[in-house]
Amino acid sequence: MTVAIRNINMRFGEMPVLDDVSLEVRDGEFVCILGPSGCGKSTLLNIVGGFVKATSGHVTIDGEQVTQPDPRRIFVFQERGVFPWLTVEGNIGFGLFRLGEEEKRNRIAYYVQLVGLRGFEHAYPRELSGGMKQRLEVARALAVNPDVLYLDEPFGALDSITRLQMRRELLRIWQTERKTVLFVTHDIEESVQLADRVVVMSQRPAHIQRIVDIDIPHPRDLSSPRYIELRDSIFAEIGLAHQV
Amino acid sequence: MLPIAGIAAFLLAWQIGVALHPHSLVPGPLAVARAIGELAVSGLLFRYVVASLFRVTWGYLSALMIAVPCGIALGLSRRGEESINPLLQLLRPISPLAWIPIAILWFGVGDVAAIFLIFLASFLPLTLTAMNAVHNIEGVHLAAGANFGLTQRQLVRSVIVPAILPQLIVGMRITLGIAWLVVVAAEMIAVSSGLGFLIIDARNAGNRYDLVIAGMVLIGVIGVALDWMLRRLETLDIVRWGRDILVEVK
Repeated sequence: MTVAIRNINMRFGEMPVLDDVSLEVRDGEFVCILGPSGCGKSTLLNIVGGFVKATSGHVTIDGEQVTQPDPRRIFVFQERGVFPWLTVEGNIGFGLFRLGEEEKRNRIAYYVQLVGLRGFEHAYPRELSGGMKQRLEVARALAVNPDVLYLDEPFGALDSITRLQMRRELLRIWQTERKTVLFVTHDIEESVQLADRVVVMSQRPAHIQRIVDIDIPHPRDLSSPRYIELRDSIFAEIGLAHQV
Repeated sequence: MLPIAGIAAFLLAWQIGVALHPHSLVPGPLAVARAIGELAVSGLLFRYVVASLFRVTWGYLSALMIAVPCGIALGLSRRGEESINPLLQLLRPISPLAWIPIAILWFGVGDVAAIFLIFLASFLPLTLTAMNAVHNIEGVHLAAGANFGLTQRQLVRSVIVPAILPQLIVGMRITLGIAWLVVVAAEMIAVSSGLGFLIIDARNAGNRYDLVIAGMVLIGVIGVALDWMLRRLETLDIVRWGRDILVEVK
C-alpha cells in the first residue's frame, strides 16, 4: 500500500499553508512528519486522509486518487477521538458493523488483548486514563484491519512516561501488524525513536526541508551515538541549538 | 430531614397566618388537605389529573418526535439553519398562551386545542436544543464516523444521536416543565376538565379557594414527579459521560 503525495499546495484564503509537498510512503513503512506547531503538518495529514481538499495537487493510494475518508485508511486523533457513549468493546467494535456477530466478537477480544485493555471491556472512556483511551483509539483503528494508519500527534496530551510507553506499544503493534504508518508530531525525539524516515517540515508555508533516514534497528538504544547523531542533526536542521 | 423541616415550617406559618386573619378567604393547609380528600373521594382528582397528563403526554411526545429530527437536520445543514433559524428566533419570545385564540379558532374548545398548545410550547425549545447540540458535537467524532465508512443514516444513529443525547435530555427536562406550566393555563380557557379547569372553576363556581389551592398543590406535586422521571434518564450509562454539561444546567 503505497501512499503518494504529489505537489500538494494548500491555502486558507490568502494564506499559503502548504507549499508544493511531494512524498512517497512505501508499503509497511513508518514515516514521521515532523515540524513546528502550526506549520501545516496536520493539514497535510488531513488532506492525505481525505478529510480536507487541497488547493492543488493530489494524493493517490496504489494509484487510486483519494477523494474522501475510507475505512481502509484510519485516522487516529488524540485520545478525544474515542466515543464517550460507548464502552471499550463498543468503541473497538464501532467500525465492524459489516461483520457477523461471532467474527466481530473475536476481533474485539483480540484487539482488547493486543492493546492491554483486558478487564476493561465494559468500562466507559471516562473511567480510563489518557493512555488507555489512546490505546483504545488505536485498537478501534486496527480492528477494521486498515492498510494505513494516520496518527495526528496521538500522544501529545499524555504525560512523558505514558508517552514513552505508548511509543513502545505502538512499535510492538506495528511490528506485529505491519501497517503503513504516517505519524505527525512536533517532538523530535519521538520521531527518531519511531520512524523509518523522518520528514522535516519547514515553518509555514510548509515544504519538505529534509528527509532523514533513521537506520537504527528496533529496539532502539536512546543513548547510542547514532541515535544522538541523528537526533542532533534534526535539531540543527530545525534551527535549534541543542542547549536550553 | 431539612427539606421536610422546611415544608413543615412553611405549613405552620401558613396555618398561623390564616388563624390570625379569620375573615380572609384564603384557606389554611388543613382546609386544603380536606379539599384534596374531597376531590379524591368524588373521583374528580383522578379524572382531572389523568386529563392534564393525557394532554401533556400527547402534546409533548408529538413535539419530541418531530422536533428532534428537525433540530438534527437544521444542525447538520447550514443552509437550512440560515433560512429557518430567524423564524424560530422570532417565534420564541411569543408565549404559547398567546396562541390560545388561534388554537380555539382552529380546533374549537377541547382536548385538541390544549394538545396543540402543549405541542407549540414544546416544539421550539426542543428543536433549538437538538440543533445546538448538533453544533456542539466534537468534530473528531463526526470525522471518525465518516472514516469508518458510515452511511448518513448510520452516522445519525451511531454518532449524532448518542452525541446529542446528554444535552437533549436536559432540554427535555426543561421543556417538560414548560409544557406542564402551559397545560394548566390552557385548561383554564380551552377545555372543561383538568387541573387548570379545576382552579378556574372552583373560583368561578362559588369562591372555593380551598379547591383552588388544592389544585395548585397537585400541580406542584405532579410537576416534581415529572421532573424526577426525566432526571432519572440523566443517570443512564449512555448519557453519563455528558455529566459536565448536565451539571451546569442544574
